[in-house]
Amino acid sequence: MAEKILARASKRERVAPGEIVEAEVDVAMVHDITGPMVVEGLREVGVEKVWDPSKIVVVFDHQVPADSIDAAKNHILLREFVREQGIENFYDVFEGICHQVLPEKGFALPGRLIVGADSHTCTYGAFGCFATGIGSTDMVSVFATGKLWLRVPESMRIEIEGKLPRRVAAKDLILYIIGDLGADGASYRSVEFVGEGMRDISVGGRMTMCNMAVEMGAKTAMVPSDAKSKRYLAGRAREPYKVVQSDRGATYVEELTYDASELEPQVACPHSVDDVRAVREVEGVEIDQAFLGSCTNGRFEDLLQAAKILKRRRIPKSVRMIVAPASREVYLQALDRGIMKIFVEAGALVEPPCCAACMGGHTGILGPGEVCISSSNRNFRGRMGSPDAKIYLASPATVAASAVRGAIADPRDI
Amino acid sequence: MARAWVFGDDVDTDQIIAGRYLVKTDPQELARHVMEAIDPKFASKVSKGDVIIAGRNFGCGSSREHAAIALKAAGISAIVAESFARIFFRNAINQGLPAVVCKGVRGGFKSGDIVEVDLEAGEVRNLSTGKTFKFQPMPEFIMRILRAGGMIPYLKQTSGKPGAFK
Repeated sequence: MAEKILARASKRERVAPGEIVEAEVDVAMVHDITGPMVVEGLREVGVEKVWDPSKIVVVFDHQVPADSIDAAKNHILLREFVREQGIENFYDVFEGICHQVLPEKGFALPGRLIVGADSHTCTYGAFGCFATGIGSTDMVSVFATGKLWLRVPESMRIEIEGKLPRRVAAKDLILYIIGDLGADGASYRSVEFVGEGMRDISVGGRMTMCNMAVEMGAKTAMVPSDAKSKRYLAGRAREPYKVVQSDRGATYVEELTYDASELEPQVACPHSVDDVRAVREVEGVEIDQAFLGSCTNGRFEDLLQAAKILKRRRIPKSVRMIVAPASREVYLQALDRGIMKIFVEAGALVEPPCCAACMGGHTGILGPGEVCISSSNRNFRGRMGSPDAKIYLASPATVAASAVRGAIADPRDI
Repeated sequence: MARAWVFGDDVDTDQIIAGRYLVKTDPQELARHVMEAIDPKFASKVSKGDVIIAGRNFGCGSSREHAAIALKAAGISAIVAESFARIFFRNAINQGLPAVVCKGVRGGFKSGDIVEVDLEAGEVRNLSTGKTFKFQPMPEFIMRILRAGGMIPYLKQTSGKPGAFK
């Protein structure tokens, strides 16, 4: 799939892994942390006009609303930039996390080449597109010319068999895979998640899996487009699209199979995403904070899973639970369904749609010695604040169950 | 004389520069907090020209270019690792900071060893032990970006048209 998309984007008949191609980008995204550096770079080089304002998307999500004068300055800089460049796809502090907003607004379409100045850009691969994260200087190139050199990645096929058991989520599956392959187990590769088990997983769950593929080094991850993902895109897609599928007999550098039906809840232990164990093995570790949100697991279905566990229960006073819906759309859905009421009644703190505690520079910052269980994607030392804090990554259900217990808990027990 | 600073596997960009500093873009300001999560005194100990020697997957995690900027502004002249995470690798080159893949280098150094990196010859030399490690020299278009001091200065030197290196 990756080769087909990059061949189309570089106007070639075919391309092979290892080749370097100059590809034309279909969508380019920056947010409030990586965007300012792009604007400064463009000005320094002397680029007056971006290549195509209609293909650029700007989202404010990391520091919203502004939490410091520096953040406010960054926002001002980007607002001026979008005005001056005539960029209409601008989502100010109201809309949510870029990786949720782009699919919702119909930018993440099958077959597209999407680059974002954020490592979790690979999330969009859930819709069968080639999406990858780049740095700010590379984005200067893209904003100026619409092109970027890319090395064609080797493809890796991960087949999922069976159905996920009750209270075991796509998050548990991707954590298990990362634990198995390691933090560089898919380095530079394009990962294809396929099989009966994948077709069974919701669009949101597929986004969670593609999102975290970067935690094993993948350049991009994809799920073949099917009826489920097309249904999600109906009424959202901004343009007509053509689905790209792998050829029969396509070559892969590695082919693996995992059985979802045997899986139990997983947790990534501090301080690396690949230190993955069954929740059972770390049950009882006391927590100070539980975070439910992020581009990995802040979607409606994630909130719903957590709410089922929190309904008519109280979070003990020893735990701060923070909930941040991934977008305004998710927030509204959750309000309509009474889910936010469940969180607030249980004693959780509901934040506006944004990256929140995941980035460790905005809200929900951890102090020395504190322990957090989080539905987000990274548990690196210092990620959410103090280098002496500990972060465990888990599914929304495990986060909610742990919040209720005040210690890491298996959601199947609640 | 450049000294080596040796790190292990999977040094992530949050450890290189934490999220709470990303609101800044000034290189000197970022340099003050570089590697803080691993060694709070690193920024004050490192000298201009020093080299980082690391294990696998250096720079994994976030796409924040602040990580490469902070290392360069702190005085680091090159990073030699068993392997790099891809976004960091591109960011480092774009910032004019040589990121060199060199197998077996991690075990050949201890922090404080005197090191020499010869990009043209494709050699990393440990002058303290006398051992030399070879690597595949970088392609010419990357060397041109590095010689210019990064992608932005390179683009300013050329027509100002990104892609002109092709």
